[in-house]
Amino acid sequence: MRNFLIRRLIQSAILLLVLMSFTFALTRLTPGGPEAALAEAPNVQPAELERIRERFGLNDPLPVAYVKWVTNALRLDFGRSYHYLRPPFDVISERIWPTIQLALVAYAIALVGILLGVVAAYNRGKMPDLLIRVFTVVADATPNWWVGLVIIVFLASTVGWFPQGQGRGGAWEWFQHIIVPAAILGLGGVIVYTRFVRSQVLEVLSQDHVRTARAKGLQETFVARWHVLRNALIPVVTLFGSFLPFLISGAAITESIFNWPGMGRLFLEAATTRDYPLLLAILTLGTVATMAGTLLADILYGTADPRIRYS
Amino acid sequence: MARAGEGVAAPKRADRHTISTALPARAEPQRNYAASGTFARAWYKLQRDPITIVASIGLVAIIAVTLLAPYIAENILHTNPDQMMRAADGRFAILRPPSSEFLLGTDDLGRDALTRLLYAGRVSLAIGFMVAFISIVLGTTAGMLAGYFGKWIDDVVNAIIQFVFNVPFLFVLIFLSVILRPDVISLALIIGLFGWPGTARQIRGVVMSVRHLDYVLAAQVLGATNQRIMTRHLLPNVANIVLVVAGFDVAGAILGESALSFLGFGVQVPQASWGNMLSGAQDMFRRAPWLVYPPGVMIFITVLCVVLIADGLRDAFDPRVR
Repeated sequence: MRNFLIRRLIQSAILLLVLMSFTFALTRLTPGGPEAALAEAPNVQPAELERIRERFGLNDPLPVAYVKWVTNALRLDFGRSYHYLRPPFDVISERIWPTIQLALVAYAIALVGILLGVVAAYNRGKMPDLLIRVFTVVADATPNWWVGLVIIVFLASTVGWFPQGQGRGGAWEWFQHIIVPAAILGLGGVIVYTRFVRSQVLEVLSQDHVRTARAKGLQETFVARWHVLRNALIPVVTLFGSFLPFLISGAAITESIFNWPGMGRLFLEAATTRDYPLLLAILTLGTVATMAGTLLADILYGTADPRIRYS
Repeated sequence: MARAGEGVAAPKRADRHTISTALPARAEPQRNYAASGTFARAWYKLQRDPITIVASIGLVAIIAVTLLAPYIAENILHTNPDQMMRAADGRFAILRPPSSEFLLGTDDLGRDALTRLLYAGRVSLAIGFMVAFISIVLGTTAGMLAGYFGKWIDDVVNAIIQFVFNVPFLFVLIFLSVILRPDVISLALIIGLFGWPGTARQIRGVVMSVRHLDYVLAAQVLGATNQRIMTRHLLPNVANIVLVVAGFDVAGAILGESALSFLGFGVQVPQASWGNMLSGAQDMFRRAPWLVYPPGVMIFITVLCVVLIADGLRDAFDPRVR
């Protein structure tokens, strides 16, 4: 386990370095650059432009700039946001909490899929299974952000209100504002969980120890709870890891539709304004979170299932 | 009785046999079915799968309609996707709700929504199929090499797969889109470059599982080169999986492109795609709610058809499913 962890951490570090170098090189090698927007403004003097370039370190030769950037990034210093004129992590720290809220509620909603999966497996081939299967196929083919858009149009035209931003009031208002975007974001997770749990439960149901438990006369609810579900749900913890990148990416669209003041929307804003330091900081943070999620899933898998041994 | 009817039935039966050998004679349904190869058997099963047939017809219809978009616009609708239309009363038709004149209404620039929907379909479908093509070609090659040779090639391919799975996909796509400002083809290239590791992972798994089977060993003993074994022996055996994966790749690509374009980082206006039509619709949904539905419905139907076909193919190729 320890060796496994060390190896994974080294892999992750290399991965992160590759990604950061790659993205950094791209921001520097593309013509135009961040000051292009300023250069188009009519009353910006060339001298002033030069001063801006100097201030953001854009005049350094590429290798120098690269070493500077990497050493600074290791100290979590991503320079200064072109737009906010503050360190990117200052800006991010204001916007990360709403995204975490959204992701947590979405994750809770995604867990509904476990229930659906169990129901489908226990009713294999019957009506509930069929309905759930139709639901997963249909939901899979729908762009879920479009459903969000339709819900907004529907709410706006019927009750004249739709969730916009985070809301400032109490718990109820918070809930009203978060539930629709979180449901939209969690929908993809519901499908994944449903399918996965269904196939897991079916597999465990066909195993010998379940037949033995039934043969010795245990009640079906007891068998389901202690013999089937305990075994079937072990791999479910690993889904947490694969769900994380999905949550992070999905948050960008959901947040932009519902004006949710989170990190995803911040990323889109940074992308539109070509705010490279902020863009790179969020990209790095998102990658670290994704890698941490995958690693956590692997560790959980190893601890939850004694049959799994990492070498 | 059979003898009495023979004279009438004979030409018909002969006809049948020339059409398809996979179709069993009614008397012995088992024989042809069991003797036929993987693809013939799958074809046989598909012909009896109503959902897949309906989905195929649906997809073909959508492709046909979008391919014929210029013809339909010019000769039937008398519109142009980029032109500000005039209503019958001679005024510019800006944000007109659906009517007999403009079947799906017009947008804020007075463009006919139906015409744009058809033209947008060309872009969205083209990207979907191009992405699938790229990820299938790259993914199959990489997966095959990794699964067959193992060792360092496997390590390299695995490292790339790990890389892509550990990176917030949409963020990187947006980042690349900001940097590279892609047109339709380079957009497909970018999405495809991020799509192939998923394909490679599946192909790699299958190749690894068949790699040590006797027929590969036999080919090796006979002195077949690695290249020959891979193209002549392994490829036909993973082709069915490639086909299924390709279907899901198309679906994923259409959804991905629409999301990216919706956010404004995919296909750029004035060129229409289903995604960027929705982003236009979002800006004015209070005044023009009718613009919100058609592009989304089109994405939904198209992706649904593709997913159902891929699902049907998977079942058809699965020997356990009868």
